[in-house]
Amino acid sequence: MIETGTLWTVIIGLGIGSYALRFAFLGIVGDRPMPPWLLRHLRYTAVAMLPALVAPQVVWPAATGGEADLPRMSAAVVTLVVGLATKNVIAAIVCGAATLFTALWLTGF
Amino acid sequence: MPSTTPKKRTRASAYWKGVADGAPFLLVVAPFAMLFGVLATEAGLNVLETLLFSAVVFAGAAQFTALQLMQENAPTVIVLASALAVNLRVAMYSASLTPWSGDAPLWQLAIAAYFTVDQSYACSVVQFENEPQMTVPQRMAYFSGVLSPIVPMWYISTVLGALVGTQVPESWALDFALPIAFLALVAPMLRTFAHVVAAVTAIVVSLLTAGVPYSLGLMIAGTAGMMAGAQAELMLERRRVSHD
Repeated sequence: MIETGTLWTVIIGLGIGSYALRFAFLGIVGDRPMPPWLLRHLRYTAVAMLPALVAPQVVWPAATGGEADLPRMSAAVVTLVVGLATKNVIAAIVCGAATLFTALWLTGF
Repeated sequence: MPSTTPKKRTRASAYWKGVADGAPFLLVVAPFAMLFGVLATEAGLNVLETLLFSAVVFAGAAQFTALQLMQENAPTVIVLASALAVNLRVAMYSASLTPWSGDAPLWQLAIAAYFTVDQSYACSVVQFENEPQMTVPQRMAYFSGVLSPIVPMWYISTVLGALVGTQVPESWALDFALPIAFLALVAPMLRTFAHVVAAVTAIVVSLLTAGVPYSLGLMIAGTAGMMAGAQAELMLERRRVSHD
């Protein structure tokens, strides 16, 4: 369970922080040039942070008590492959979810 | 140079072009917001807390990250740092929109900043490059147009998700909805070799650091991935220069 104090600290802190990230450039930096090394790192934040967040959940899902599990693993692989092949977020989600449910049903859960 | 002949744009036509370009994103935004509503209530938040979370932060991926880490009882500092790191990409959006926002008044920029998200950024950059003759007020109108269908849907779907939240049966395996949603978002972003290097490095490091306390593994893995991507990009550039 999440404590109320922690929750509100996170909501307010994250609200201010994410707003600052967005306003920093539009409002303050304007179109002054940014150092190329900084832009080069920022370019890879999404493709680094998001997979890093989900990788442990794919390999050791909490729902199975941390046991590697075939339905979840195959759903992750299908989602990734369909996303790469079609560049279509919805198609990837639908195929990934279909794989998960089919595999869960086949393995009897 | 734009390939089409310059169209006669008005602020109204720019706004409606934005609405049309933004509307298809409803298909992504609605389920994503609902999922947040469901997972937030399952984590113990009430409907009002969930809605305010979505409204104040207004950044899907960062919200999911914060929620996940709070459930792991990570220290608040780590929760904030990790969720903000996930959201660093909006700083890049903001930076890359500045050449187009020009002399817009500060109050407009202050509002636009709150609404700088994946969808409004992606549509705007394409539109502004295709029609560079658009004036700054027309660009602002287009930007608002893209957001007009998306933003109300984000709030409404969050509340809907929060309302059904705890009634979702366990057999739906919602624990795995977030991994699927994030992988589906990331896969189309893997456009270059450097992006792939960044993602693979981040995945490997996150698995190696899964045991690191305070959920610090995510920060370590994310940073490693970003550095690997940046280095791969530099290497590819050097190789291209030496080949030319």
